[in-house]
Amino acid sequence: MSKHVVVIGGGVAGLEVAGQLSKAGIEVSLVEKESKTGGHLNKWYRLFPDRRYSSEVMDYLDGMTQNRGIKLLTDTTIESFNRNRSHFSLITNEGKELIADAVIVATGFDLFKSARKEEYGYGIYDNVITSADLEDMFRNGKISLTDGISPEAIGIIHCVGSRDEKAGNFYCSKLCCVTAVKQAIEIREKLPESKVFCFYMDMRMGGAFYEELYREAQEKWGVSFIRGKVSEASETIDNKLLIKVEDTLAGRPLKMKLDMLVLMAGMEMSAGGKKIAGMGGLNTGENRFFAAADNHFGSNVSNIKGVFYAGTCTAPMNITETISHARSAVTEVMDYLKDGEK
Amino acid sequence: MGKSNMEKFGFTILKGRQIDFDSNDRRIAEYIFEKEPSFRLCIECGGCTATCTTGNFTAFSLRELNILIKRGENDQVRQNLKKCMLCGKCTLVCPRGVNTRNVVVLAKKAFLKSDEYAI
Repeated sequence: MSKHVVVIGGGVAGLEVAGQLSKAGIEVSLVEKESKTGGHLNKWYRLFPDRRYSSEVMDYLDGMTQNRGIKLLTDTTIESFNRNRSHFSLITNEGKELIADAVIVATGFDLFKSARKEEYGYGIYDNVITSADLEDMFRNGKISLTDGISPEAIGIIHCVGSRDEKAGNFYCSKLCCVTAVKQAIEIREKLPESKVFCFYMDMRMGGAFYEELYREAQEKWGVSFIRGKVSEASETIDNKLLIKVEDTLAGRPLKMKLDMLVLMAGMEMSAGGKKIAGMGGLNTGENRFFAAADNHFGSNVSNIKGVFYAGTCTAPMNITETISHARSAVTEVMDYLKDGEK
Repeated sequence: MGKSNMEKFGFTILKGRQIDFDSNDRRIAEYIFEKEPSFRLCIECGGCTATCTTGNFTAFSLRELNILIKRGENDQVRQNLKKCMLCGKCTLVCPRGVNTRNVVVLAKKAFLKSDEYAI
């Protein structure tokens, strides 16, 4: 009898896992809470570092998962999660029971809710938007203020909800710096008359071709980088945004009027992941993401035999890393299923 | 001690601009590290300086003061400490959870010789 694996989450990690497992002859059910798969990929228009269209990655993942007999359950959540001896019993929101030999948790991340950093005025002032909102504008082909006019001076604030004790997140979300650089370039490309300023604490360009993109932003697009954490934004009488920051390299406080502020929201453990952790008795770390059994050689392994992790439910990752992590989850689960036959 | 011949003729020896790390007295920093361990967590982001009322009107930067304490640049620390009004806004914005206000209080104590670590 062929083995059955339930994959929770139909984003990049879940789709890659489902595709690879079904390719290996495993029966797969893929559970997705939204009405379509793709997760955050659907919100992003272009991707760093090469600015390719996210739809190209989506096409690859669709190719991996279509016509392989994967049972896709959209608009579905898991409401109960139990282990019965050798198998798992999962009950969906529609009361359907899924019996699985193994479970892969690929519940991903949620973007930090920027309104929690009240001092930046998201949801209070016009024209304070998030990185995700800006991607929407790119997709719609128009970067504009609420009154329909194009912004001339745009500020990008790094580390919103990351490396911030006040937001309860000590960790670095790792992708926001390069997202800021990518988006700064895209703004300059679309609005050649505009000026873009990135306010950063440290530029973390630790991925392949990130530093090159940073250099391109300075050299080709004239993006300005100012080292300092913005302490607050306020709206002026002429409907602009006044920010306060220390230009730490000049050693003096700086104020600047901007038309638009873009907040680089960090990544947090998803609400769906938290729910699964609670129901399944899965360990989470201080950062609230799922805690892997070993950080070096067991990053897909959970504290419960037969439950594995794939992707950003364990830590912030880019798409390349997510796909690699999903593939390594597949080798772990294949080993587990083989051992079970002995 | 009389003046050297060179000094009599108007030449003085300039104190170098370098931070003399080996000779500087960093006991204030050690004292603050012990009493307020969060002092070690500063990443020099400048959030404190950005929000600081004093810093917006006078030559005062709390971020800079922190690093000067750590380097033992005590003359500059002494001159700057008195400018702080202890309002505590810096502590509210600090992303690293440094009790910046207490750092200033402790540094003041050290200079007032009100503690065994006093300088």
